[in-house]
Amino acid sequence: MTNLTDLTIGEAAQKLANKEISSVELTKAHLAEMENARVLNAFITETPERALADAEKSDARRSKGEVLGVLDGIPIANKDLYCTKGIRTTAASKILSKFIPPYESTVSQKLIDAGTVMLGKVNTDQFAMGGSTMTSFFGTTKNPWNLDLVPGGSSGGSAAAVAAGLCMAATGSDTGGSIRQPASFCGITGIKPTYGRCSRYGIVAFASSLDQAGPMARSVKDCALMLNAMAGYDEKDSTVANVPVPDFTKALTGDIRGKKIGIPKEYRLDGLNPDVQAAWDKGIQLLKDAGAEIVEVSLPHTKYALPVYYIVACAEASSNLSRYDGVRYTTRVEGKSLDELYENSRTDGFGDEVVRRILLGTFVLSAGFYDAYYTRAQRVRRLIYNDFMEAFKSVDALLVPAAPTPALSEAEMKAMKPIDVYAGDVFTTPASLAGVPSLSLPVGLSGNGLPIGLQVVGKHFDENTVFQVADVLEKAAAFNQKPHHVKGK
Amino acid sequence: MPLNQQTIQNLSWLARLKLPAEREGKILNDLQSILDWVEQLKEVDIEGVEPLVSVTDGIAPMRKDVVTEGDQQADLMANAPESVQGFYVVPKVVE
Repeated sequence: MTNLTDLTIGEAAQKLANKEISSVELTKAHLAEMENARVLNAFITETPERALADAEKSDARRSKGEVLGVLDGIPIANKDLYCTKGIRTTAASKILSKFIPPYESTVSQKLIDAGTVMLGKVNTDQFAMGGSTMTSFFGTTKNPWNLDLVPGGSSGGSAAAVAAGLCMAATGSDTGGSIRQPASFCGITGIKPTYGRCSRYGIVAFASSLDQAGPMARSVKDCALMLNAMAGYDEKDSTVANVPVPDFTKALTGDIRGKKIGIPKEYRLDGLNPDVQAAWDKGIQLLKDAGAEIVEVSLPHTKYALPVYYIVACAEASSNLSRYDGVRYTTRVEGKSLDELYENSRTDGFGDEVVRRILLGTFVLSAGFYDAYYTRAQRVRRLIYNDFMEAFKSVDALLVPAAPTPALSEAEMKAMKPIDVYAGDVFTTPASLAGVPSLSLPVGLSGNGLPIGLQVVGKHFDENTVFQVADVLEKAAAFNQKPHHVKGK
Repeated sequence: MPLNQQTIQNLSWLARLKLPAEREGKILNDLQSILDWVEQLKEVDIEGVEPLVSVTDGIAPMRKDVVTEGDQQADLMANAPESVQGFYVVPKVVE
């Protein structure tokens, strides 16, 4: 019999529709796999009872002919940044380690409305600040390809869980690469949609002008199915665009003949990891073979994206995180005065990386430095945005690496200085700053057997072209390797 | 922009964080290296360039500012570390 934790959503939906399997069977298979794979530390909170209740409801709907759609009965996990009503939501932090939201985030509610089964809450870097899950208060998630390596981050719990077959898809969030880089490290697919495509309501805020929700799954089509359910206008978030959401699966035509794919010359870094360069060259060749026209383009301000990103993101984070004050969110460390209570609660509740970013953000927003740092960064951000607009006058999409290296080990990352860690976001932050959609998918393995992802970057609200190109690349690359751990134990 | 111990203490106060003395040195070095690195933005010609605040200007309409889900005091207070009769309890702020 087919291993139920190996299926794509498309395959599982077909089996559910044919009554070959029930959602309860599918859910139990994933719950068993979660138990087998506890060594990965992918979940912060497992919700097996909720999952089985969801699955039973789904099966009951199906027996009455009231199926909600293709995702009905599909087991998924939520990044622990999404507020889930009545279920602990920690942002992988100590300060929110006991927080039980009285409401549901819009995106996770949409997935409930689509009939999905919620298996639990997966690990992330603390407040989504990091690229490894090493900043999580709940410990680092391990990469199922090699347990000595990190899964990437911040959505590293999502990526590891999807790669290891603990869930069929997971929600992620991406501020500067937090969906795309872990997808690359774990050999799965994830899309950061256009900023404004999905509601941010109920997702613990890191940097509000950049944060965007998105799906992570084991195929381009599964990401399209998930995004169909997750996207759309929401009165509760003033930054969601009121634009129609197409059926993204309709974009998967398998034909990209005549499409113009841009290769930005500024992404050709000196000394780029040869495995990453080889994967990129392979992707370019595969698209060319599929009939796309490859065009060199220029995004002249690319090298400034990282410093701009860290100024803007930290500034917004320092403001967003001021709400955690020891008064409203469950954890408090007493003090003699109100200020001392704030100081004690925050100092105890935030990890080192969060403190570093709050202080940097406080500095760039403080009197005397605001214009020199924060406003300057916002002005350079516009130039980066303009670069993309200019490039998209002549091409339909861009193809670039997702990360400068395959997955790194925890020891390697610990030995790095903060700015060297930040450099891991070099290929992902530009699209974040411009707000354009970008999908990361695996195209091959490095010399030592680790997955490498590429990004397909598109125009604002043109996820259709992103999916269309990524789907063709996925089929041509035929990446079908599975992680050593968990799968085929 | 060279930072010193005083700057770090001032920033910590503004952010309501109390760094133990032994961590100040490390944070100072980290922030200094980050600030030195972002100095490169000074080479960019930003003359006449407007700051980019939002990428969804004009396509994300504001709704009417009206109560849509009121009367949830008990739910909202449920996460308070300490509350009395629907109020958050904090140390005395007025002598």
